[in-house]
Amino acid sequence: MAEAILTEGLTRHFGPKVAVNHLDLRVAQGEVFGFLGPNGAGKTTTVRLLNGVLTATAGRAFVLGYDVATDGSEIRRRTGVLTETPSLYEALTARENLLIYGDLYGVPEDKLPRRVEALLEQFGLGERADERVGSYSKGMKQRLAIARALLHEPPLLFLDEPTASLDPLAARMVWDMIQDLSHREGRTIFLCTHNLAEAQRLCDRVGVIDHGVLQAVGTPRELARQLWHGLWVEVDLHGEPPASVSEALGRLPAVLSRSVDHGKLLLEVEDEESIPEVVAAIAAAGGRIYSVTPREHTLEEIYFEIEGNSNKAEGLKGQGGR
Amino acid sequence: MSWNWRAMRAIMRKDLKQVFQNKMVWLPMVIVPAILLVLFPGVAVVLPRLLDPAELEFEDLGRLLKGLPPQFQTMLRGLSVSQQFTVLMANFPFAPMFLIIPLMVSSILGADSFAGEKERKTLEGLLYTPISDTELFLAKVLIALIPAMVVNVASFVLYGLVVNLAGYHLVGRVFFPTAPWWPLVFWLGPAVSVAGLGATVLMSSKAKTFMEAQQASGMLVLPILFLMIGQLSGLFFLSVELILLIGLLVWGIGLWLIWIGSKTFSRGELIARI
Repeated sequence: MAEAILTEGLTRHFGPKVAVNHLDLRVAQGEVFGFLGPNGAGKTTTVRLLNGVLTATAGRAFVLGYDVATDGSEIRRRTGVLTETPSLYEALTARENLLIYGDLYGVPEDKLPRRVEALLEQFGLGERADERVGSYSKGMKQRLAIARALLHEPPLLFLDEPTASLDPLAARMVWDMIQDLSHREGRTIFLCTHNLAEAQRLCDRVGVIDHGVLQAVGTPRELARQLWHGLWVEVDLHGEPPASVSEALGRLPAVLSRSVDHGKLLLEVEDEESIPEVVAAIAAAGGRIYSVTPREHTLEEIYFEIEGNSNKAEGLKGQGGR
Repeated sequence: MSWNWRAMRAIMRKDLKQVFQNKMVWLPMVIVPAILLVLFPGVAVVLPRLLDPAELEFEDLGRLLKGLPPQFQTMLRGLSVSQQFTVLMANFPFAPMFLIIPLMVSSILGADSFAGEKERKTLEGLLYTPISDTELFLAKVLIALIPAMVVNVASFVLYGLVVNLAGYHLVGRVFFPTAPWWPLVFWLGPAVSVAGLGATVLMSSKAKTFMEAQQASGMLVLPILFLMIGQLSGLFFLSVELILLIGLLVWGIGLWLIWIGSKTFSRGELIARI
């Protein structure tokens, strides 16, 4: 699949501070890519670099095949960006905001009023479209800002915390919309978020950035494999395992570790292929198996593990420097 | 390179709409010309009716008359003191004050357009659109300059109408404008607008608020006051030649300030300061 985003050694300094450090990233077209990291990690700077709004200190990047160093306008014509603050003209109405941006993005003039009307309706703003945005609630402003990012039907969307100020119902609407834009319309979504549940729900792959460095990138399952040696399996025996089962498991090289969690046997096995062997061994040792469930690591567990490693590495670097 | 006029028009339209929604911005632009249009004709036309002609022969008027070039002295010859007072007051002492109008309009609109965008946190969204840095800069310069020119010329036309209509019965003919008004309004006025805007643009790159940015051009009122006091005191007379010369200097300074401002106006610089 062609890449929507490709960066090689992308770096940006602000004085002595390195905001983005040798970023190598590939995002495929049609993919929902989650860009995770704490505040100040380099997420917003990356979005600015990828849109040709900031120039890179070193490295290069291509967005939808265009070079960010030379084709900023062409890139921005094809990307929609939801910034962290909605960046709306509060003295103007929602309709006026969208019409102005329609002109800025070059939406065909004969189609613009209909497009604006459709988005206002889609985002539940139709009834208050001619009121000043300053009178809107935070959630309404956020919905309007998302509508604005979609106005010119960009193939690539950068969304920075899209549901941060939305109530659960509106957040669900945005999630559905993101899934729809990706799966049905084939658009690429670059999602910057702190909301790990949101990332888990929406993202095909995630990248974790911290201190300007991309710490890890992949699907949640791939990241879990990188972080933890084996695969976790939960075996329900309706209570503590009998001694015979423990002994049998102890003899199996595929079982890397075991514990009991809430009355269930928790096993770390080498890989998926080891599961039938483990189940057979438990049954042979007289264990009565009620269920076997592979336990995926949540994105939250993955994120905090990566963050922990990153902070340890930074700490060591700091000590080394002293 | 072809300009994206549609995008530039959208920015100008948006800036203008915002101006009309903000009293703090548009009120001074209405009040100052209104004062000039009411106060000056009042002084020029109503005062001679209220005062005894003998009282009008005050020292300043005499000094002003002496300072006038011969062609203006010829123009005033044969007129009564009241008529001379009316013609003089309408044409000479307060003429430099008219320069305040284009200066004020361009600097207020410039401050609102450049620094106001930053203050309202709307700049970032704009920087993510396809419009180029040059187009964005040009749109913002034009939205400050075009209204300044329009208000400048409209004030001149209105002032001319009011003064001539109000003083016609006394003087018996159209007595405004005299020759220096033409370069004042169409040469020096635009130059002052450009200089005011240039100073505002430069300040806007550092300023965080509309008020901070606008204060810069406040300093430019001082040379205008100097011109007014100089002419009132008879120190010099703003002849066509002198206005053209001053205009040339102010155009030079204004364009230089705008050029420097345009250098600081790049997406990278702007977004780093948000």
